[in-house]
Amino acid sequence: MIGLLMARAAQPLAGVAPALRWGLLGVLVLLILGAIASFALPLFRPGKSYLELQQRVWSWWVMAALIAGALIAGWQVTLVLFAAISFMALREFLSLAPMRREDRLVILLAYLVIIPSYGVLFLDRYGIYLVVIPVWTFLLIPFVMACIGQTRAYLTTAATFHWGLMTCVFNLGFAAYLSRAPLSEAPEAGGAGLLFFLLVATELNDVAQFVWGKLFGRHKIVPKVSPNKTWEGFLGGWITTAVVIWFLGPVFTPMRGIALATLAFALPLAGFAGDVTMSAVKRDIGVKDTSRLIPGHGGVLDRADSLTFTAPLFFHLLLFFNMGRAPWP
Amino acid sequence: MALIRLLLLVLLARPIARFMTGADVIGREHLPKRGPAIIAANHNSHVDTLLLLTIFPPHLMGFVRPAAAADYFLRDPFIGWFSRKLVGIVPVERAKAGTGADVLAPMREALSQGAIVILFPEGTRGPGTDEMGELKGGIARLAEAFPDAPVIPIWIEGAGRVLPKGALLPVPLNCTVLVGEAVPRGADRPAFLTALRDRLLALKAEAPPQRWR
Repeated sequence: MIGLLMARAAQPLAGVAPALRWGLLGVLVLLILGAIASFALPLFRPGKSYLELQQRVWSWWVMAALIAGALIAGWQVTLVLFAAISFMALREFLSLAPMRREDRLVILLAYLVIIPSYGVLFLDRYGIYLVVIPVWTFLLIPFVMACIGQTRAYLTTAATFHWGLMTCVFNLGFAAYLSRAPLSEAPEAGGAGLLFFLLVATELNDVAQFVWGKLFGRHKIVPKVSPNKTWEGFLGGWITTAVVIWFLGPVFTPMRGIALATLAFALPLAGFAGDVTMSAVKRDIGVKDTSRLIPGHGGVLDRADSLTFTAPLFFHLLLFFNMGRAPWP
Repeated sequence: MALIRLLLLVLLARPIARFMTGADVIGREHLPKRGPAIIAANHNSHVDTLLLLTIFPPHLMGFVRPAAAADYFLRDPFIGWFSRKLVGIVPVERAKAGTGADVLAPMREALSQGAIVILFPEGTRGPGTDEMGELKGGIARLAEAFPDAPVIPIWIEGAGRVLPKGALLPVPLNCTVLVGEAVPRGADRPAFLTALRDRLLALKAEAPPQRWR
């Protein structure tokens, strides 16, 4: 009876590649260790407030559960989840970026662009995906703004819209599209495995930079933009992530040799670049976090800032080294 | 009816509020944990009411009642029914203010029943600029009549952009609800109003810049 129930419970996992199952199990172990640490630390070193650490760990549980659920459910659900993430990130960005009163309906138009952008990924029309935002939205939004007729700060506002759509929608879309890769292109763990690997590498890089910086950080790396970032954190995170990519890459991706070495070298750099770039945007606006949606982390954009750089990088390296042509049809 | 209202608030209004505004709350610990209590908030949009109704935990939502203009919300039977039964408004006869009629009576009644009454002391929605309008004196009289009900100042940033006065189409944009500590009762009504105004402006200064350039 119990065996039957367990088999029933495991049924949704039947279509999940074994490597991905092990990967998800590994994440679960890390989450349990994190939870134990967040409750054990106050016992050993009392006096400090551990509320933020506990919130941070709990938020990791929620985020991991959402992503794991989508990966198990399939690429359709993954695309919907990422469309929702893009919407929340774009809402955070457009709410804080300087926008003019006359742009209210243009903001609505910018959200609507999420539908065709993710829609063509649903239809597997990669060629069209590459022009929906970078060409056609790029042309349409300034034209609509011109029709509305407010020319004060016109150019900066048009550029702000484009920057927000490129980072929050176009770049995050690459991550979601990985999950559509057919098994023939990624036999190790399927498309879901590719996305899982990208997310683990990116978030590990964030965490490793943070931990190395906390433990050994002394020399500031970009003091004007992000005063908490140090050379020690940057280099420690870089090496840690590169090593993990080198050893886990063959488990989840078709990348080997020079391709994998390039990824191990470049992905931690891209993650750092995404973090610093978004920090510059936040500093310009005068906020520390883009919202308070994720307790202990800040907003969606605070969590996904590195991903807006690492997702296209991983996607294009994969394309260049392992597909060598336009990807799956 | 109370159950239907609660279900609609939790299952419909709260997801809508989160979708449209993100519904960030700073200072949640200052929200009153029981009635009677008076919430004094700035007012730029109907979204203000939606946010204030939905940031409370479900076991308190039933007590939360927004004061609203009778001349606006009770003008036609459907909107009137919706406002009274589902939003749970306490009607205020704005037109009768200053005529000697007791316009605060419905609010006193609600407070004596243990409600958490939401008041917009500016009296109407502002134009969505960053300025706060003149605060009306009614809240000071109400606070005097209920010395045990804390008056909690709340600044709502950004709601005037989601659905400004006169607009039909709402546009999703993040809003932040900043909740302050209870305003101390002043020596007299003008002192109380000044203290309330200062508290609201102090909260505004803490808000993220979710406003037009």
